[in-house]
Amino acid sequence: MTQHSYLISTLIDTVDKRKRMPRPKSQKQTPEALSTAPVPEVESAVQLSEPAVALAPPPLSPEAEILARAQAGDHNAFSHLYSLHKRRIYSLCLRMVSNVAEAEDLTQEAFLQLHRKIATFRGDSAFSTWLHRLSINVVLMHLRKKGLPLMSLDEAMEPSYDDGPGRSFGAPDLSLTGSIDRLALERAVAALPAGYRLIFVLHDVEGFEHNEIAAMLDCSVGNSKSQLHKARLKLRDALRISLRKGGKR
Amino acid sequence: MTADTKSMSCEEFQSQLAELIGSGVDVSNDPHLKSCPLCRELLNDLQTIADAAHEFFANQQPANELWKKIELAIKDEESIAKPK
Repeated sequence: MTQHSYLISTLIDTVDKRKRMPRPKSQKQTPEALSTAPVPEVESAVQLSEPAVALAPPPLSPEAEILARAQAGDHNAFSHLYSLHKRRIYSLCLRMVSNVAEAEDLTQEAFLQLHRKIATFRGDSAFSTWLHRLSINVVLMHLRKKGLPLMSLDEAMEPSYDDGPGRSFGAPDLSLTGSIDRLALERAVAALPAGYRLIFVLHDVEGFEHNEIAAMLDCSVGNSKSQLHKARLKLRDALRISLRKGGKR
Repeated sequence: MTADTKSMSCEEFQSQLAELIGSGVDVSNDPHLKSCPLCRELLNDLQTIADAAHEFFANQQPANELWKKIELAIKDEESIAKPK
């Protein structure tokens, strides 16, 4: 099975709603606030102050309402969705390709695909999980087209015996605490195999939980934990080498 | 985790680290770590890497102009789909 079909075939997942998904504040949305210009990203959870009415269906959260409107073809609502999710999708793309222009192209492609497919979102998983899944597919297809050495997701999810990062059984020498600089970490992340990189970015940069990553990549929670750990160990090896070369200690 | 980690070798302890860390338990109070500076340093390093990645990379934003490009591309697609 190809990566593409691998991801597409499992697009609809059953992960729980995201706990840390950015949601709009409970402010009244005026027509101006939902103009075609993207609105500022908002982070805090919504507090519903209205008492529940017996037998009445629960009101849609502001984001669910925006999503429903976007699914119905409301352009302003789609622009609002872009504002809510652009940072995380761009961060994912940027870390996966390490190039600003390419990352913006991929972000654009991800949101174009979202626009084409948003009506098919059924709400079985959190929207953010679904959108990330779609975006991951865009990124992986791009890497494949570029002919970069790419570990497939299938391979990434398999335990590797010959490529594992070193564990730490010798004498302690270099501690990374307080020594990591941004450039060194960027390089080390860029040098990770794509499968490790993806899980590292989803967990440590974007803050997804292992159950959410497992749903996005159609792997087990245990695999997600294991691959993240290997990614961090590889990064540690790379950063320690960089530190030795830099003579920072 | 229920195993007695104090009596574990570093290799045994580190082989369980992925699950220990991933399960969200506070590993810093683990009995093995209290007696093992090597594994303590490893754990500190892994946490430092995770913290640094979030600090450095989590708040990167695309250029403001990107939305305009997406908007144009959407309009192009819609005009192709629905020719006047």
